[in-house]
Amino acid sequence: MAVEQYLATGPGDQTRIHDIGYRTYDGPRLGRAYARRSLYSQSLRGAYGLGRSVKSKVLPMLLFVVMCVPAAIMVAVAVATKAKDLPVDYTRYAIIMQAVISLYVASQAPQSVSRDLRFKTVPLYFSRPIETADYVRAKFAALASAMFLLTGAPLVVLYVGALLAKLDFADQTKGFAQGLVSVALLSLLFAGIGLVIASVTPRRGFGIAAVIAVLTISYGAVSVVQAIAYEQDSTGAIAWLGLFSPVTLIDGVQSAFLGAHSAFPGGQAPSDGQGAVYVLVVLGLIAAAYGLLLRRYKKVGL
Amino acid sequence: MACVTTFENVTVIATESLSKRFPRVTALDRLSVDIGPGVTGLVGANGAGKSTLIKILLGLSPASEGRAEVLGLDVAGHGAAIRERVGYMPEHDCLPPDVSATEFVVHMARMSGLPPAAARERTADTLRHVGLYEERYRPIGGYSTGMKQRVKLAQALVHDPQLVFLDEPTNGLDPVGRDEMLGLIRRIHTDFGISVLVTSHLLGELERTCDHVVVIDGGKLLRSSSTTDFTQTTTTLAVEVTDTDEHPDGTRAMREALHARGVTVQDGSGLPGAGHTLLLTADGEETYDLVRDLVADLGLGLVRMEQRRHHIAEVFTSADDRRDEQRKEEAVHGG
Repeated sequence: MAVEQYLATGPGDQTRIHDIGYRTYDGPRLGRAYARRSLYSQSLRGAYGLGRSVKSKVLPMLLFVVMCVPAAIMVAVAVATKAKDLPVDYTRYAIIMQAVISLYVASQAPQSVSRDLRFKTVPLYFSRPIETADYVRAKFAALASAMFLLTGAPLVVLYVGALLAKLDFADQTKGFAQGLVSVALLSLLFAGIGLVIASVTPRRGFGIAAVIAVLTISYGAVSVVQAIAYEQDSTGAIAWLGLFSPVTLIDGVQSAFLGAHSAFPGGQAPSDGQGAVYVLVVLGLIAAAYGLLLRRYKKVGL
Repeated sequence: MACVTTFENVTVIATESLSKRFPRVTALDRLSVDIGPGVTGLVGANGAGKSTLIKILLGLSPASEGRAEVLGLDVAGHGAAIRERVGYMPEHDCLPPDVSATEFVVHMARMSGLPPAAARERTADTLRHVGLYEERYRPIGGYSTGMKQRVKLAQALVHDPQLVFLDEPTNGLDPVGRDEMLGLIRRIHTDFGISVLVTSHLLGELERTCDHVVVIDGGKLLRSSSTTDFTQTTTTLAVEVTDTDEHPDGTRAMREALHARGVTVQDGSGLPGAGHTLLLTADGEETYDLVRDLVADLGLGLVRMEQRRHHIAEVFTSADDRRDEQRKEEAVHGG
């Protein structure tokens, strides 16, 4: 132990390693905002396995590649065939890839928050200057940013490809911008839902299963019921049904306001009035997720 | 040796009729205590209110009544400022297994507001001071309990606080690990100049480490005094000697010699090495000298002479009994 070394370091004893003793710290203490930013960047890096073991890099990196490869192929095809337009809309891409996105949030939301709960690291944060709100904001923002990277990167691939294929610049830029707004909303919504579910359980496995269940089962169920409604010609109900799953919520918002073609059966886009309800529900859910997380961590405390 | 600048008259922690009531229990009951710089032991059985007190002192849980100050700052209004200057080592496990001690402590240093470069430098220093060397680059999952306790201690010290709260730091450690940890705690004050509030349910180990001991029970202050007061009334010495040709049964010879000097000796029955261990009540410095002289006179070898560890229950049995009776009465009346 250091103390023995230290005490043995007497005058004239030149062969010992000199322990320079305890040094106090007089440097700056950067406070809450800095701690929050540090937690944000650490969590964001962690969402792609950076700064963690090799094993934990595999899945997020793989999913990132899986997200981008189809976009690259589409671009290659568009360039090769000199197509007039990209095979899919910017706004449609995330809807097509929703399974991959769900898998990503299901795997990374629990790693972001369940670990701290499971290994009881949370008290170490709250015995420091940062507070519940700082922790929740940092974690929420980090996962939302990670998802924005995941969903935004393929759009960038599509956009760059479209410009290389010399498609109409104004048209493509508008579509790209609409796509980015849409995936930003999607990232916030999915991150919120994922974190709330994950923060309830310290067990990572449960967290993963629960997030997948909520995201994909709700989407499946809503799609089936919408299809039935379409078959029975009650097309008015289709738009309202879309309010009940995260994926269809995003689809509804973007087909109402972001020039997307709806993926609902029969292309039944919500009307402007319904679209407003969609937007309110999405924003409400994001706010509710934030509120629930705050409440959850107020309880965890020390 | 690092220069220790403490002002003996300064109060590090002060509480004034501090109470904390939960719907069903009263965790702290009008607790008033002043704690100065140095190493202070906070002793109490499980549920005595130790953790509740630490939580209030960190500004994380509002008191129901009364007030408390830490480093001259009121806990009610300056929680964040207090937490910047205070370190906390929880009782339970709190380390993720898949990161290395270095990475973890650097992260915690940044959470305390240290800039990245300073965080790294302080982490290396602190881990060295708590006795973690090459292993600090390996994932924490593979550490022994003793090493984990050191990492927990390091994260509490990494931002060079003025005061640390150590909650049961010797829990789960073997005797050697326990002694090392206690030595380390002592050094936190003597070498690092950081005041320490350390909790334990073992009074004996705190006696050896602390300058001051505060005993709470049922949320009430039972006793607050300097450790010398405690040792004077409670020390039991365990003495073990070797046999020699002259005295084939050294233990017996020693016992008889002690008897002759009027010192009451018990056999250390129930202790490891029973039959070879003599237990005697130390009345102060003289007893130590007497044992030394007798051993020398008899020409025996002194294997060990140490203060026996007390359990808090032994010292405060009478107080416990009184409280139990009181509780029973309350239970009867309160229904």
